[in-house]
Parts: sequence; C-alpha cells; structure tokens
Amino acid sequence: MLELLILIAVLVGIIAVGKVIRVMELASSLKGENSWQATDRDHKNQARLMPIFLLAYFAFIIWQIVEWGGEALPVSASEHGVVIDQLMDTTWIIIIPVFIVTHILLFYFAWKYAYNSKRKATYFAHNNKLELLWTAVPALVLLILILYGLNIWNNVMEPLTAEDEPVEIELYARQFDWTARYPGADKKFGDAGVRFIEGVNFLGMDSTDQDGWDDKYVKAEFYLPVDTPVQFYFRAQDVIHSAYMPHFRAQMNCVPGMVTRFNFKPTKTTAEMKEITGKEDFEYYLLCNKICGAAHYNMKMVIKVVEQDEYDTWLSEQKEFLAVEGMQEEPSSDDPVETDSTQTNIEEEELSAQL
Amino acid sequence: MSANAHHHDNDFLFKYIFSTDHKMIAKQFFLTGSIMGLVGMLMSTIFRLQLGYPGESFPILEAFMSNWAPDGVLSPDKYLALVTIHGTIMVFFLLTAGLSGTFSNLLIPLQLGARDMASGFMNMLSYWFFFLSSCVMIASLFVEGGPASGGWTIYPPLSALPEAIPGSGMGMTLWIISMALFIVSSLLGSLNYIVTVFNLRTKGMTMTRMPLTIWAFLITAVLGVLSFPVLFSAVLLLFFDRSFGTSFYLSDIFIGGQALEVEGGSPILYEHLFWFLGHPEVYIILLPALGITSEVVATNSRKPIFGYRAMIGSILAIAFISFLVWGHHMFITGMNPFLGAVFTFTTLLVAIPSAVKVFNYLTTLWKGNIRFTPAMLFAIGLVSTFITGGLTGIILGDSALDINVHDTYFVVGHFHIVMGLSGTFGMISGIYHWFPKLFGKMLNKNLGYLHFWTTMVASYGVFFPMHFLGLAGVPRRYYANTEFPMFENLYDLNELVTVFAIIGAAAQLFFLYNVFYSIFFGPKAPQNPWRSTTLEWTTPVEHLHGNWPGEIPEVHRWAYDYSKPGAKEDFIPQTVPLAPGEIDESKEGIPIPGEHH
Repeated sequence: MLELLILIAVLVGIIAVGKVIRVMELASSLKGENSWQATDRDHKNQARLMPIFLLAYFAFIIWQIVEWGGEALPVSASEHGVVIDQLMDTTWIIIIPVFIVTHILLFYFAWKYAYNSKRKATYFAHNNKLELLWTAVPALVLLILILYGLNIWNNVMEPLTAEDEPVEIELYARQFDWTARYPGADKKFGDAGVRFIEGVNFLGMDSTDQDGWDDKYVKAEFYLPVDTPVQFYFRAQDVIHSAYMPHFRAQMNCVPGMVTRFNFKPTKTTAEMKEITGKEDFEYYLLCNKICGAAHYNMKMVIKVVEQDEYDTWLSEQKEFLAVEGMQEEPSSDDPVETDSTQTNIEEEELSAQL
Repeated sequence: MSANAHHHDNDFLFKYIFSTDHKMIAKQFFLTGSIMGLVGMLMSTIFRLQLGYPGESFPILEAFMSNWAPDGVLSPDKYLALVTIHGTIMVFFLLTAGLSGTFSNLLIPLQLGARDMASGFMNMLSYWFFFLSSCVMIASLFVEGGPASGGWTIYPPLSALPEAIPGSGMGMTLWIISMALFIVSSLLGSLNYIVTVFNLRTKGMTMTRMPLTIWAFLITAVLGVLSFPVLFSAVLLLFFDRSFGTSFYLSDIFIGGQALEVEGGSPILYEHLFWFLGHPEVYIILLPALGITSEVVATNSRKPIFGYRAMIGSILAIAFISFLVWGHHMFITGMNPFLGAVFTFTTLLVAIPSAVKVFNYLTTLWKGNIRFTPAMLFAIGLVSTFITGGLTGIILGDSALDINVHDTYFVVGHFHIVMGLSGTFGMISGIYHWFPKLFGKMLNKNLGYLHFWTTMVASYGVFFPMHFLGLAGVPRRYYANTEFPMFENLYDLNELVTVFAIIGAAAQLFFLYNVFYSIFFGPKAPQNPWRSTTLEWTTPVEHLHGNWPGEIPEVHRWAYDYSKPGAKEDFIPQTVPLAPGEIDESKEGIPIPGEHH
C-alpha cells in the first residue's frame, strides 16, 4: 500500500513538473526567447547568485567550526602527537588562506564578468611569466611542507631501542575484539602463532615456550604508565584490522601474517584528560579502523593511562598465562614444537638488533 | 514483403543495439552509466538513513529490501554491502565508464574530424563488455550472502574468505567477474581512443591544435591501459586464492574455528597491486572532467583557455606523477616508513600541476564575458570543489598527518569532494553542453539552474561536515557511531549530512526529468548553439554515419580563438583559415624543445 502511494505521489510530481516546464516554455516563446538560451536577465540573476553563494558557503563553514570545531580531538595525549598537531596547524595556516583567496577570485570573477552583449572579452591566451609564478610558488611552499612533514614522520616512526626502556605491549586483533598482551616479569613475549590456537588459548601461545608462561593478557581495557615510552606490536588473527588510538595520534594496521609496530609516549593520564576536556566520563579508546566485518563499528578497548605505581599495582593483579584456567594442558601432540613462520619472539629480534 | 520487414528489423538492431557508430555508443554508455549512477546514489541515501538515524526503523526499507532491513533497520552486513557496491559503482561504472565512455566516444571523432573510431567493432565490444559487467554487478546484489561487502577496495583476507563476511561468498566471485569484464571493456575502449587520436586527426589538426578535452581523454586512456591490467592481475590472484587454494595474499589465518592451510602470502601485496591502479584511477576520473571543464569554461567565458600549453603540461605531469604515489594509501599498513617518506614527497608534488590548473581557470574567467549556461555553472562548481577537496589532500598526503586521519571521515569528505563531486560536476557539465550533439535536442535552462544550485548546496552540505567528523576521530565504514561515548555530540551532524544527502539525491530528479523530457519533447538543437569554435559543431544535428555528409573539414587554427581582436564575431571556428599575418596561437606559449616555428 505504502509503495503504491509513493509511486502515485512520484508520478503526480513528475507530471506536475512537466506541466510547469511546458508553461514556462510557452511563456518564453511568447516573449521571443527560447527555453535553453541564457537571456540577459539570466546572466544578471546567476551572476548575483555567485557572491551570495560564496558568502553562504563561508558562513556555513564558520557555523560548522562554531558548532563542531570543539568536537575535534582534544590536545594530544602523546609526546609525538603534539608535534603532529603543530604540523597540522601549520598546514591549515597555509591552505585556509589559499582556499579563501581562490574562492573569492572564482566567485568574484564570475560575478564581475557576467555576460554583456555590448562588451567583448579580453583576448589573453598565454603568459609564461604568470605560469612560472604559479608553478614556482606552490612548489616552494610544498617543498617546505614536505621537508617539515618528513622530518616529523621519520621521528615518529623511529623504533624504540632497549635504552628507552619501553613498556612493550602486543595488541592482538580478531573479529571482533582486541586483546592486549604484556610480556610479564621476564620482559619477553612467548612465541605465538595461529597453529597453536586451541580452546581457551585463543592468542595461539606456544605453551612449550617458557618465555610465555608469565605473559599476561587483558581484554576490554588495558593500562599504560604515563610518561614512559610504549612499544606496540600488532598481530591479527583473521583479517586486516587497524589499531587506531586517536587521542595519541597513533594508528597502525594489524595484518595477518606479519607483525607491525608503532610507539608513542603517553603524557597525560586519563584523570588529567578528564579535567582538560571537562568530561567526567572521558576515556581513551582503541578503535578498529579497517573494515573487518559486521561488528567492525563496535570493536574497541578502553585505554587507561595512569601513574607508574597504579600501573604496577594493576599489572601485578593480572593473571599470568599459565595461571589462566585451561592453559596448563599439554599442547596438542601432533605438532608440539613445530615453529611457526610468524612467531612473535619480537623482543630478541628487534631490540637486540638495534643495540 | 517479409524480406523487407526482416531488413527493417536488422536496421533497428544495428542502429540501436549492435551499433558501431561512436555517437550511438556514447549514448549507450551515457544511459547505462547514468542508470548505474542512480543505483549507486540510491544506495548512499539508504545507508545515510542508518547513519543519520542509527537504529531507527524505516518501514519503507523493509518494504523494498525485505531481509536486508529486518524491521526497517538496515542490518550491519548489508550496510557494508551497500557501502561497497556504492563505491564500486560510483568509481568504476559512473565516473570511469559513464564519464569516459560517453565523452571520449562522442567527442574524439567529432572534435578531431574523424568519420568514426579507429575500430567501430572494438568500440561496440567495449560497450557490451561494460553492459555485461553492469549486469553481473547488479546480479550480485541478489545472490545468497549478498554482494561483496569488504569495501570497494576489497582487501583480502576479508574479501578472500567466505567465513570472514557473508558477502565474500558468491557475491565476491561475481564482483571479480564483473570487474574482469569491466577491465576488458575499459582496455578495448582506451586502446581505441589512443589509436584514433594518433591516427585519425583531420588535415591541419596538429597535436597542439586539439581541444583540451581530447588531450584529457587521450591521457586518461593511456592511464587506463597502463593501470587496469594491474588491477586485473590483482583480482586474478585473489580469484586463485579464493578458488584454487593458493596463498598469494594469505598467511597465518585462523578463522571459522580452524587455522587455514595458507602460508607465506601477504595482503600488503594486494594493496600494492590494487593501488597501483587505484591511484591513477582517481585521475582517470578527474582528467576527463577537467578536460570538459576547460572546454566549457573557455567557450562560455568567450576567451581562450589561459595557458593552453601549461594545461597540457599539467595533464601530463599529473598523469606521470599519478603512477608514483599509490603508497600514500598505505602509510600505516606496516609498509617500511622510508617508503612512506618517498610517497609523501611524490604525492605532494601533485599539488603543483593542480595549482597551475586552478590558476589557469581563474585567469580564463578574468575579464571574460561569462555566459551562465547550466554547463558553465557546473564547470564553476567543479573549480570550487577541485580547490576545496584538493587542499585537504595536502593534509592526507603528508604521512605524518595521515596517521591520525587515515580511514576517518576526513578522507571520506576529501575524496568525495575532489574526486566524486569534481568528476560528477564535470560529467553533468558535459551533458548540458553536448546534449545537442548527443540527442539533437536542447535541455531546459531553468531546470538546469535549479539543478545546479540545489546540487551545489546539497553537495557541500553532505561532504563538508564530514571533515569535522574526521577531525573528531570518527572512522569510516562504521555502521553507527553510537558505540563510542566520544562521538555522542556528533549525532546531529550526521543527521544534517543525511538530510542534505536526501535533498541532493532528490535534486537529481530535476536533471533526470530534464534529460528524458528533452530527448523526446525538447526543442530541436540549432547547428552551433553555444557559438563554439570546435569541429563537432560543424556536423549535422541529425546523426549521420560518418559524421560529415561531404568532405571532412580542414583545420587551420587552434580551438580557442574566442573574442580575438579584429574578428567580427566573438569566435572563429577552427575551419576558418588564418588571415594574412595572423598569429597561429597553437604555436605560442611555452616552447616545446625541437619545435619549429
């Protein structure tokens, strides 16, 4: 019934518009005009709309800034994020004036030089000096931006070394949740791989590897100590995911078959951020930012940034891998020690290589 | 008697269906591409309803889509399906085949002075492969599990494993088949365009006398020939992974309760192959739109396009650089950071030729005598969207900044404005301008004005606010933003976007109506309605196989002699010989090494 009504409404609408066009056509042909050629009046009207549109466009943007500019991510909660935000601000300072000036020129010219049958356009076909000008100036500005940006990029992507004494965390992504693994007291992650996944051992820990026995893993939320560099390793179990921690200006894809990395130093605790944002319920989030299936939009973890002692207390309360119920069983007998191609014995490979 | 009737049937069949005439094929591409475009637009309106009003029931959705929207709420799976097919259709079917297919076919022979394409038969095949491809893509909507749902970029393993998402079953297989057909169509078309441009120009039509439309179509075709085969190899390998147990893209995967026997592959390889097409693809969409705009802006400003040779140079530069920037889609995939640095450098270089184009458009308008036809309005709109979207590209192309806005709504806003809107505006501008050549009729200008202003306002209303979503950290391809308290103040923004999306979609009805009404009842087109210099306006209004009834006209000058001092009219057609002592403008401007004056 509903469909029928909609269909009728659409048909009536179409017929009505058709009749209106017909009337307009007849009216204009009576005046000796036709339905397709822009008249002097059209040129005048359209020209007037140009500055009106421009002002409306600018006003719309300003309104959005007032309305939603405050919803932008708060001040960066990581050390490198502050530098990235400065680069962002610099970039805005360059592109906003370009945006404003080119738009003013575009709509001003359109309004100013509207058609007039008594006037003739100025024949102006080439000017190599002008071309050189607007090739060289953007090139120069971009060169500065490129150098500035790459400098920051190289610093941000620089891996941590053992001298930085980082906290190491592995983020493990699967449809549709996150797990954070800490290396435990020995500061070494145990080997893991999809071949070992069985029952409660969803992380695929190799239970024959003693390095892993004291590893700890948590779901739903994980803790970071403030002002200590954090080295993240990312693994994915099934499809590509992306670990997005927007408050820290941090993001890295989690790709099945490889281990990816990112590091940052959190500088503001959750409590501090609650004060800065004025929101009592403020939390840092880890989001999935690569399409991974139906519940992609709800794949998250809360990140708590706390003082070192609180972090230590929290970590000590977490169960060790071997203490988790069901983990003590013997590994399946058919492939007890077969090594996996993507074992995450990261700490040895990576950190020792950099020393 | 019966023989005659049979002959008549054949006429119909060969005139409208299996036509080898480039003008008919252009119309076929236009109609098929537009229908696909409408489907894509409708899909976006449906998923915008979910984003604007998450979880709210719209009984009309259930009425039309049954189990895709149980109780009138779009399901998360089908939301992703709609997003995926919307992207695929808009990028490939509307803005690649619809845009290039229509205008390259129509204008290359007409503006160059050729009787038809180099191979009419290949041209026909090109259309029919496209048609088949469209049918397969639409058919994929109706198979079990639904169509491909892994995003239009179909990254494996999501797209490779049916266990990962329902759409990666039969729907994905059909997606791959459809794209394979599409690539064949694109290659047949592109090769044809290239050969035609190089070999079938009329006497006097030197390369530097060609209108910028032709330059844009030519370079677009070259981009297509060089990049689409790479996409073909990417989806072929994906097909192998899906069907024959290879693991080009797969390694160490546990899904559906078991570890898969796949080893040694990498999804990153797929990403490299995909974006090696994917980035030039952006310019496969943009260049024809910019070419059309150059022509429309010059004609309606009654001025030569400013810096003709610089415009050609910038097209060439953009095309060249577009092959060196694909990695900027992959800054945070785990690719070596050094590579990221290289791609940042090459990516930001694109802004230079783009800036040249913008300033040349502005200078063309300066001291012009601007006629506001609907085509001209859309061309002005394109310049605006090209600037707005292009500038945010400077942020996304900078790897350090990309870290935090990658895959957020900032990206969605950026590419919809710079590629989606610019491409669409260029295409619509071209339709208004060359409708007389396509259908021999004129479009109604008042509906055109209405169409432009509603579309322009709605477009920015939809896509500009998305930047704010992105700066707030909202990821794209989220079924709803309701699961994160940090996004709760952005609900009204999403609602606003949805309202504008519906207005924008409804505004296209003006255009649709105008087109179909005018095809049948529009006033007959005069010979040269826009008082244009180019060759297509010397052909008869009624389509004629071979385009010119007599000799093909000879060309004596470039395409942009508008308002030339000393001339009586404000335009001099390309067929008019140079007056004694008159400068041949096609030889002016930036000197080309080795060129003889």
